[in-house]
Amino acid sequence: MKFRDKKLIIANKKFNSRLIVGTGKYKNMKECAKAIKLSGADIVTVAVRRVNITNKKKPLLMDYIDPKKITYLPNTAGCFNSRDALRTLRLAREIGGWKLVKLEVLGDKKNLFPEMIETLKSTEILTKEGFKVMVYCNDDPLMAKRLENSGACAIMPLAAPIGSGLGIQNRVNLQIIRNQTKLPLIVDAGLGQASDATIAMELGCDGVLVNTAIAKAKKPFEMALAFKNGVIAGRQSFLSGRIEKNLMGNASSPNKGII
Amino acid sequence: MKKIKIKVNGKTKLIFENLKLSFLIKSLKIPLNKVAIELNQEIVDKKELNKITLKKNDKIEIVHFIGGG
Repeated sequence: MKFRDKKLIIANKKFNSRLIVGTGKYKNMKECAKAIKLSGADIVTVAVRRVNITNKKKPLLMDYIDPKKITYLPNTAGCFNSRDALRTLRLAREIGGWKLVKLEVLGDKKNLFPEMIETLKSTEILTKEGFKVMVYCNDDPLMAKRLENSGACAIMPLAAPIGSGLGIQNRVNLQIIRNQTKLPLIVDAGLGQASDATIAMELGCDGVLVNTAIAKAKKPFEMALAFKNGVIAGRQSFLSGRIEKNLMGNASSPNKGII
Repeated sequence: MKKIKIKVNGKTKLIFENLKLSFLIKSLKIPLNKVAIELNQEIVDKKELNKITLKKNDKIEIVHFIGGG
């Protein structure tokens, strides 16, 4: 049986996979490229950094992951204010015309929580400049609404601190955000295992973004597959309409004809 | 010929006066289609590199994509 589902649409572009993966923290580029292939992701996040001008033999990401075949989503990882985030994304656009970007302005070096005032400010400016901004944010429904009103093309609330592997900490807020927005809702950051992705999808999210949980798993290739399947399972479960929850038991076998 | 100091990606470099930015990028063997270039915090149009003459204390940033989450 083929499962009927709409494609994930972000900024009018259709994507087959609902799993977005990061390209950081892998042992090497080869491992990264293979894990991405196994994950089935159509979108990968990438960071903007200085070219190493002394070691020119260092492998380039673009040599391993072809931006013509997979959508590069430049991010602003490591930016702690609007000015740096804007500078980074303007440079990213200059590399090759990237307009779909992931905005991430951090506020604290330890917990890596987003600095929402700077994030909001940056979203407004970038949208005016023609960027399609997917926004990493906290799981606050009010802030999510403000980002939507500022022109964000996708809302990306955290599940837990970046790289923490703690999984979804506030299902209620994610559901409230889900119910209030028609924008793509993508859980970003903090997932630890495939079932976390399943839960996000069962809550009605449109996708998940995973990096550390795959890259730092003991077996990254297997974990990439697990996340791929976890996302599909969660999505199918969500679309299938779960049963009502009951406090009391409800026997699966009929009582009639009991001996 | 006189030499001047510039900074490329945070590193000091001594170059000949009146050098074009295009020449510097070429000498660093940078694949132009995979990078973006900033001169003193202003993005440079990659098609205009041969029109820019480097001056003393210019700060050049050359960036590309690397793995990230």
